[in-house]
Amino acid sequence: MVAISSWGRLESPEHNLTLISSREQVPDVIRAGKPGLAYGMGRSYGDACLNPNGSLWKTTGLDRFISFDEQTGRIVCEAGILLRDIQRLVIPRGWILPVTPGTQLITLGGAIANDVHGKNHHLLGSFGHHVVQITLLRTDGEVIECGPQHRQEWFAATVGGVGLTGFILTAEIQLSPVSGSWMETEAIPYENLAEFFHLADESEADWQHTVSWVDCLSGGGRGIFMRGNHVDVAHKHEPSKRSFTMPLIPPFSLVNRLTLRPFNMAYFNIKKWNSGRSIAHYESFFYPLDNILEWNRMYGPKGFYQYQSVVPRSVGQESVQAMLREISRFGEGSFLAVLKTFGNLQPVGMLSFPQPGVTLALDFPNNGEGSLKLFHRLDAIVREAGGRIYLAKDVRMPRELFEVGYPKFAEFLQYRDSGISSAMSRRLMGN
Amino acid sequence: MLNIKKRIVIIGATSGIAEQCARLWIHQYPADLILVGRDKTKVEIVAADLRVRNQQSVVRSLTVDFTSPAEIKELVDGIVKQGAVDIVLIAHGSLPDQQQCQEDLTICHEALTVNGVSPVVFAEAFAGYMQLTNSGTLAIMGSVAGDRGRKSNYVYGAAKGLVSRYAQGLQHRLANTGVKVVLIKPGPTDTPMTAHLRQQGISLASAQDVAKNIVQGISQGRPVIYAPIKWALIMMIIRHLPAFIFNKLDI
Repeated sequence: MVAISSWGRLESPEHNLTLISSREQVPDVIRAGKPGLAYGMGRSYGDACLNPNGSLWKTTGLDRFISFDEQTGRIVCEAGILLRDIQRLVIPRGWILPVTPGTQLITLGGAIANDVHGKNHHLLGSFGHHVVQITLLRTDGEVIECGPQHRQEWFAATVGGVGLTGFILTAEIQLSPVSGSWMETEAIPYENLAEFFHLADESEADWQHTVSWVDCLSGGGRGIFMRGNHVDVAHKHEPSKRSFTMPLIPPFSLVNRLTLRPFNMAYFNIKKWNSGRSIAHYESFFYPLDNILEWNRMYGPKGFYQYQSVVPRSVGQESVQAMLREISRFGEGSFLAVLKTFGNLQPVGMLSFPQPGVTLALDFPNNGEGSLKLFHRLDAIVREAGGRIYLAKDVRMPRELFEVGYPKFAEFLQYRDSGISSAMSRRLMGN
Repeated sequence: MLNIKKRIVIIGATSGIAEQCARLWIHQYPADLILVGRDKTKVEIVAADLRVRNQQSVVRSLTVDFTSPAEIKELVDGIVKQGAVDIVLIAHGSLPDQQQCQEDLTICHEALTVNGVSPVVFAEAFAGYMQLTNSGTLAIMGSVAGDRGRKSNYVYGAAKGLVSRYAQGLQHRLANTGVKVVLIKPGPTDTPMTAHLRQQGISLASAQDVAKNIVQGISQGRPVIYAPIKWALIMMIIRHLPAFIFNKLDI
């Protein structure tokens, strides 16, 4: 048994870990290890990737390319490959993963199972919109090939299905053409949420990528709006691939009441001062934290929570305002607070998170009861707004909020693999 | 057109460390890569991956019975007939369970053959040709387990000890030629071969890191590569422990 924690590091339960290194061994491993769960990089923040006292099938050894057609941009890979390895292979050849989240240190299988989204949701939707085919292996030995055109019901269940429909063995992705590694970016400070929404609307037509950092202690919701487009710039030096590993777990969270206010004030003002246009490498624009390995340690031994919700656009401004008000009323704080509008593309998966509206992602050092009380208040706002909480981040939402937030959950249950279970499925689906 | 691609032969190409070495090589330069394994399907999966990683490279897969001297001879003859090789990496093997080796002589015999005799026969098959062309690097996978016999894995250790002594002799034979002989001694590495050690909570080096050491050591033509390097120190101590202390250790 090995102690494994998810990215939030709230706890580290024991697991029976099996390292998978070849496709042909998967059927035997998943038949023998029931109930188990595929586990990639463990970047889910909450309990979606955990199966305490059960099996985890570690997929990172399934990291092979199977084929890549440079003419059409179709790539087929084993599901344990990192998005980083795909990007580094295809970008010099004129292609890019259409959608990536804020880190590229996740597996392809994880990206599908959580139907991750990125800064260009308004144009290209989520990861699942670009998956052409999935090979799914069930613990009873059945192999299911599914895609948007064939066996769609299995595809819709597996995209965003948090690993519960079977073991994702391989997947084929349609890449997007790209001119190179460089982006033209612009940072614009905003003073309140009304300005944020104005900037977001105004940017959607001309900017491929938009996102913003919000100072959740400011009350009014000031922040920095960032937008970017791929550009064709030649002969700029590739940045060094050097990284820094958070060397230890500090005895207390470095993000706390004393540090947060000066942090946020400094960050806002430095960014405001440096606002305007510049040229950035795609890795630093998309994945700013990837060079700090194990940055999650900065929250200390008790770990941290992520709270990410989406609410419909019609009530977006009031709901976000209300959430920010609750947070400052509780005196809790979040440094990595991200506000982003989603476009109108309908989600692919039955349990996909993105829906038309606005999403707010917040991190909170684990303050025990205090944190949970705050989340209870935030839940009320999300429920009232008709929104939902992101499964990849969640570790505590009440079952009833899951059921109203994800109205297709009952349909989803028919496609579950009875040999697969996670801490999240037991918490939200009963088994 | 002049063929400038390096010709690299990897025996046991589906082994975790060998696969990582192959990735590093084709990341550095387009290569003419020949992958040899036992199982066609498995070798082909590795080959397909490498072809995507470097489309300028030529990657071929071949299969052979690792325990048949006749098949080995035929395979190697076929490879060298097409031209001189720059690097040969002999990396196949399987970590046996010591207890089973003690209880079942067939398993014991098999472990000695596949980890010791077979790599040596492969090396011998290449050595003569490389001596003729007076070039290339012949790298053979030994193990830190071959440095001193220990009760927990001395059958495997003995096979790897055979490889060590063989490599030493071959280095002596080829000392005044252009051929370099490299003996690789990895410590416990996180590969399919050691999955059960990982389950026991033993800390393992990543195959990527070990491969980096190996590829670098081969390009420098170092006679012995410990990977990771700390094992050079650890094994020096282990080798020199007097028996009255060594015999008290549970290793």
